[in-house]
Amino acid sequence: MYVFIARRLLLAIPTLLIISLFVFSLQKLLPGDPVLVMAGEERDPALLELLRAKYHLNDPIPVQYVAWIGNALRGDLGISLRTNQPVVDLIAEKLPVTLQLALMSMTFALVIGIPLGVLAAVKKNTFIDYLTSVLALSGLSVPNFWLGIMLILLVSVKLGWLPASGYQPFFVDPLLSLKTMLMPSFVLGNALAATMMRHTRSAMIGVLSSDYVRTARAKGLSERAVILSHGFRNAVLPIVTLSALLFGELLAGAVLTEQIFTIPGFGKLIVDAVFTRDYAVVQGVVLCTAIGFISMNLLADVLYVVLNPRMRASL
Amino acid sequence: MTRDTPTKDVAMTETKFEPIPDPRAAAPVLSVEDLSVSFVTDGRRATVVRNVSFEVRPGETLAIVGESGSGKSVTSLAIMGLLPPRVSRVDGRIDLAGRELTSLSDKEMSAIRGRDMAMIFQEPMTSLNPVFTIGRQISESLVRHLGLSRAAARAETVRLLEKVRIPNAATRFDEYPHQFSGGMRQRVMIAMALASKPKLLIADEPTTALDVTIQGQILDLIKQLQAEENMAVLFITHDMGVVAEVADRTMVMYRGDMVETGTTRDVFHDGRHPYTRALLSAVPRLGDMGDTDIPGRFAIVDAVSGERIPAAPVVDTVDRAAPPILSVRDLVTRFDVRGGVFGRRTGAIHAVEGVSFDLHQGETLSLVGESGCGKSTTGRSIMRLVEPVAGRVELDGFDVLDLDGADLRRMRRSIQMIFQDPFASLNPRMTVGASVAEPYTSHRLGTHAQARDKVADLLERVGLAPDMMSRYPHEFSGGQRQRIAIARALALDPKVIVADESVSALDVSIKAQVCNLLMDLQESLKIAFLFISHDMAVVERVSHRVAVMYLGEIVEIGPRAALFGNPQHPYTKKLIAAVPVPDPARRGIRRDLDVRELRSPVRPLGFLPPERRYRTVSPGHVVMEDAR
Repeated sequence: MYVFIARRLLLAIPTLLIISLFVFSLQKLLPGDPVLVMAGEERDPALLELLRAKYHLNDPIPVQYVAWIGNALRGDLGISLRTNQPVVDLIAEKLPVTLQLALMSMTFALVIGIPLGVLAAVKKNTFIDYLTSVLALSGLSVPNFWLGIMLILLVSVKLGWLPASGYQPFFVDPLLSLKTMLMPSFVLGNALAATMMRHTRSAMIGVLSSDYVRTARAKGLSERAVILSHGFRNAVLPIVTLSALLFGELLAGAVLTEQIFTIPGFGKLIVDAVFTRDYAVVQGVVLCTAIGFISMNLLADVLYVVLNPRMRASL
Repeated sequence: MTRDTPTKDVAMTETKFEPIPDPRAAAPVLSVEDLSVSFVTDGRRATVVRNVSFEVRPGETLAIVGESGSGKSVTSLAIMGLLPPRVSRVDGRIDLAGRELTSLSDKEMSAIRGRDMAMIFQEPMTSLNPVFTIGRQISESLVRHLGLSRAAARAETVRLLEKVRIPNAATRFDEYPHQFSGGMRQRVMIAMALASKPKLLIADEPTTALDVTIQGQILDLIKQLQAEENMAVLFITHDMGVVAEVADRTMVMYRGDMVETGTTRDVFHDGRHPYTRALLSAVPRLGDMGDTDIPGRFAIVDAVSGERIPAAPVVDTVDRAAPPILSVRDLVTRFDVRGGVFGRRTGAIHAVEGVSFDLHQGETLSLVGESGCGKSTTGRSIMRLVEPVAGRVELDGFDVLDLDGADLRRMRRSIQMIFQDPFASLNPRMTVGASVAEPYTSHRLGTHAQARDKVADLLERVGLAPDMMSRYPHEFSGGQRQRIAIARALALDPKVIVADESVSALDVSIKAQVCNLLMDLQESLKIAFLFISHDMAVVERVSHRVAVMYLGEIVEIGPRAALFGNPQHPYTKKLIAAVPVPDPARRGIRRDLDVRELRSPVRPLGFLPPERRYRTVSPGHVVMEDAR
């Protein structure tokens, strides 16, 4: 088990290096000169040169990469060209916002998707199964931006139940914070819930037709125990892996959702940074996202092993 | 839960067939009357069990025997109430200890299942839940039906595990199913079934997936526990040998109908229904072949008319004067076992270790042994489907282990393979004709028109109609598919065919026909077969010579008659003794209640296989000396 975790951690290192290289070089390949953006209307060549020297933009690219990686390892992701704040500070400020959105969406997806999936599997080919399928399909096909705008119109503008936009830090006013995030996380989470539901359903159908579930029934266990303990406990394994993969989708979806609800999170940070060619910020945000994604998958792998005794033995 | 006293209906249940006088004359535990089961698929109803009636008394074993599609398993699932409720319909009466089961609700049934009747299944590998410890899975039943506390359930579970003779029961309580072998898992299943001392045990092919020496252990265990608890046992099986060994009475099912019932002795000796006789004549009996050195075809009895087609005599096809077509010397194949953070080599599976043999044109050499003995790996190594570590293989003039690229492909024209599972070994999206033609066209042996003619000819040779070539595999039965696989293997006119458990998955009557087909082909085409099998009785029937493998090595090899008539190695003797004999007269014979497992061929890094010495018993009959 520890061997497995160690092996997975070791594997994460080359993955991160490749991502960092990719992020770094993509930046260099993009058209547009950040110095021009910084200098604004000023076109004095001496000033431009000075700025280039200040940000080491004249060094050979490999040297820039090594310097960047070295700094990143020390927790220094550079200075934002636009706001002159350290990138790390910017990230630290925005991260909790997106994290809260992601967690609430994920919770929503799990709480809705899994029970509905189990229900659909148990009631396979009945009205309930078809109904949940229709629900899932509509969850997947309605575009987020449209759903978001409609919800704002209905819930906030017409009914006035929930705030339409903005952000309230959780530790300042938990209730208001949850209220502001409720609609965004529903919008972001409903497609995930649908995906989760479909996968839970098919995993559960497979498990329910397995020999060991028949054994559990032959033992005379109640149907509830058969489904929840013997059945679901096995069906949950692929769902763990799926959740970690969906986390990536969640981060991508967060960008759009934060725009709709004008939430000052990661999504907004990266969109602003891309438009102003704020290299350091883009690099920092992408790297941070990648680390998040890799850790989620690492966590899922470990959880998978914890839940699956067969894996424990083969390690 | 109230339990009614067992009563009434005893006389009524056996109106169609003579009731068997039982010395104990106790009321039946289970009595089934006019049971019919039908399934609804795509709006149509198909009846799979029709008007079946039987009863089982305490301490008695009733075997239901039949081939696939006979309805024997459906009958047992109907009794347990385990058929899928929405698509199946059960008619008739099922009385368990006086209580009618078909009218009970799901909830009432679940209280009876596992308490008054319990079931063990065919597949011990998949019938236990992989994520729970075996201790939990057994004690669950105790908590549910006997209301024991956790601690009491644990103590009782350990006692049950000891009862089914699992060594170190207390420490194995917390282990998971994957840490147990197939035989041990079946013991766990039995322990689970016996947890609340059921009156009726239903055993659905409980030993079919097990190795033959393990099968003997499990059958003995069931018999002994039955005697201790005076349980009624309903034993579902397709294996006439097992029936003869365990059953007091036997009921034969054929396509959903009960065609014959009676004491096991009567069914075996005075079977009235043609199907019963067809089934029995298709069963090879160990020792049937006596002193003849050549294989023998099966006599085929028509299942409907009862007409007996005697077996055509076999012509000796082997020319021992010619050099062997396949010659294997000191073949070694090992697989690395890896572990640790960096996946270093920690040991090796010694799958094949110093194997040598010759195979002549027109000869059948059988490799027999149990799971993990290396018989399949030997077959694959010879074709270079896995890479051997050392040794020498000469096939039809090729130095097989030295070949590469185009030569390797050319060599494979001389040796072809037939696999075990005819359902998995044909591509479901290719027509049968395309599958059979593929080896021919991919080796560019002729035009498409020639390939068509070839396919038509091959299908005819294996007993199928040439116009079947445009159909898809799902339109064929298992036996027909295996014929198609044989036709495909013949497409390249090979000299040698490796038949890896090629008849093991087939029903008895189909098995006999396919064996006959292989012998026909050998006669007309002089093909040499390397026949890989675990089934000693079939091996005795089809082979000229036999090699017994154990832990990657050949422990004994020789002419069929010599090896079966005068086995020398202890493992060969054990293997032969373990085969259930389809003769009820030998029922009383007991084996020792051995719990020995098959040993593993995994060795630590740097393990040097010991030098072996061999002794010649009679010409061509060689046995490994220092046994183990």
